[in-house]
Amino acid sequence: MSTPTPASNLPRRGGVGLKPCHYRTILETRPGIGFFEVHAENYMGAGGPPHRYLTAIRDIYPLSIHGVGLSLGGAEPLDEAHLARLAALVARYQPQAVSEHLAWSSHDGAFLDDLLPIPYIREVLELVCGHIDRVQSALRRPMLLENPATYLGYTDGDYDEPEFIAEVVRRTGCGLLLDVSNVHVSCTNHARDPHDYLQRLPLETVGEIHLAGFATRQDAQGRPLLIDSHDRRVDETVWVLYSDVLRLTGPMPTLIERDADIPAWDELASEAARAEAATISAEEPLRVAAG
Amino acid sequence: MSRLADSQATFAAALLGPELPVPPDLRSLGVPAGADRFGVYRNNVMVGLIEGLREAFPVVCRLVGDEFFRAMAGEFARANPPRSPVMLEYGTGFAEFIKDFPPASSLSYLADVARLERAWVEAYHAAEAEPLAFTGAVSGAPLRLHPAARVIRSRFPILTIWQANQADAEPPPLELSDEGDIVLVTRPAAEVQACRVSEKAAALIEAAASGNPVYVGLELEVLWSLGAFAASGADA
Repeated sequence: MSTPTPASNLPRRGGVGLKPCHYRTILETRPGIGFFEVHAENYMGAGGPPHRYLTAIRDIYPLSIHGVGLSLGGAEPLDEAHLARLAALVARYQPQAVSEHLAWSSHDGAFLDDLLPIPYIREVLELVCGHIDRVQSALRRPMLLENPATYLGYTDGDYDEPEFIAEVVRRTGCGLLLDVSNVHVSCTNHARDPHDYLQRLPLETVGEIHLAGFATRQDAQGRPLLIDSHDRRVDETVWVLYSDVLRLTGPMPTLIERDADIPAWDELASEAARAEAATISAEEPLRVAAG
Repeated sequence: MSRLADSQATFAAALLGPELPVPPDLRSLGVPAGADRFGVYRNNVMVGLIEGLREAFPVVCRLVGDEFFRAMAGEFARANPPRSPVMLEYGTGFAEFIKDFPPASSLSYLADVARLERAWVEAYHAAEAEPLAFTGAVSGAPLRLHPAARVIRSRFPILTIWQANQADAEPPPLELSDEGDIVLVTRPAAEVQACRVSEKAAALIEAAASGNPVYVGLELEVLWSLGAFAASGADA
């Protein structure tokens, strides 16, 4: 655990999701941020300001490329044209980590622009593993897989979520992008114990952590229904869970994700600084060698 | 794998079709999932698509107001979900949709403003290329269009309307001219530029775009300075 999985060479510091409204501030003030992360699809145009800015920022900072469009859990074959675009982006920017989601988002030629849930059954396990094998072979490097935030599940199930994720990681050799907010959101929505959920994940393969804000609603029965909205500050409950995670993983690259209602740079920087203070002071966990 | 494909087909249809029932294979806390929980996905998808269109068409949104825009964009999105995960491509076809959208028919220029905004987004993301510099002489080689250059012709003064409805714009003139605009949108360097060009200049650009030879004329000097053409050599 003292070194992150080979799927991530990100520094074990605080990072921030890169947004166009902050490009100039970052280049002019060169803030002491551990790394930046971009959504891969936002940089799949041929040229223009996004590439000019990302090139300049990548010259200064480590980078994580986070895909949102591969549809790893889709029943359809992987979109090879999209995978080729991702591979070209990875070759161009040489990021310290590449990640994608345990979800589906494309069907019959339509892109549904959300991270949709999958049933945790054997045939889907094989499908997802096949897709991840293909991605890792096209990128010629291991990727990180992010645990989902979900609002419902399926009638059919051979595994629960952490079991399914652990099995995918074991079979494909990918690493885990542990979204601590997603753990809190999913466990609340499905009335699970987040600590039990965490204990059953392959935490030794974590290469990056995400923290984000969520919205609180109620379902029709009046039970809490948390929405992974990325539109506000990280909740105190998630900060507490994050400290618990760090006790299990040791220091980890930790990203503040914000995708809507983007605040001034200083607010994101202060959240990243809080994550960095927590992660650099975390102790390496004691591990008993197996066997 | 056909069971998963069937399940995702039903899920996808119900996402975009609010009148359809929640798919029967979904569950939450031990009971069949209801519209409250499935509705989170429905809402995420529609809000995401509408927001994406609002960011790509800010002037259209300003012209019709937020509420009208959301309704119009929502109707477009349901009928025309993205065909690619590369969302910066989303919005092709929105201008055509607006042209045939009856509630917007009183704003006859709206579709052309949408075409201008789409051209702006395409120019923003177009490949890099060195603009052709004016050297006073042109060799016999055909001129190569700059990859960002697009010409939008309208019988309405769309450039004036577009400029007057930027976030930091001056108040619009009290009376718009009756004349149409021919607008060149291009990106010679980092910034997208939109400017009015003459009929003759537009014809030169369109000729270059279709691969026909373009001959030296007075207009060319102007078009070089506007970044309509690319220097010979590969795109960056």
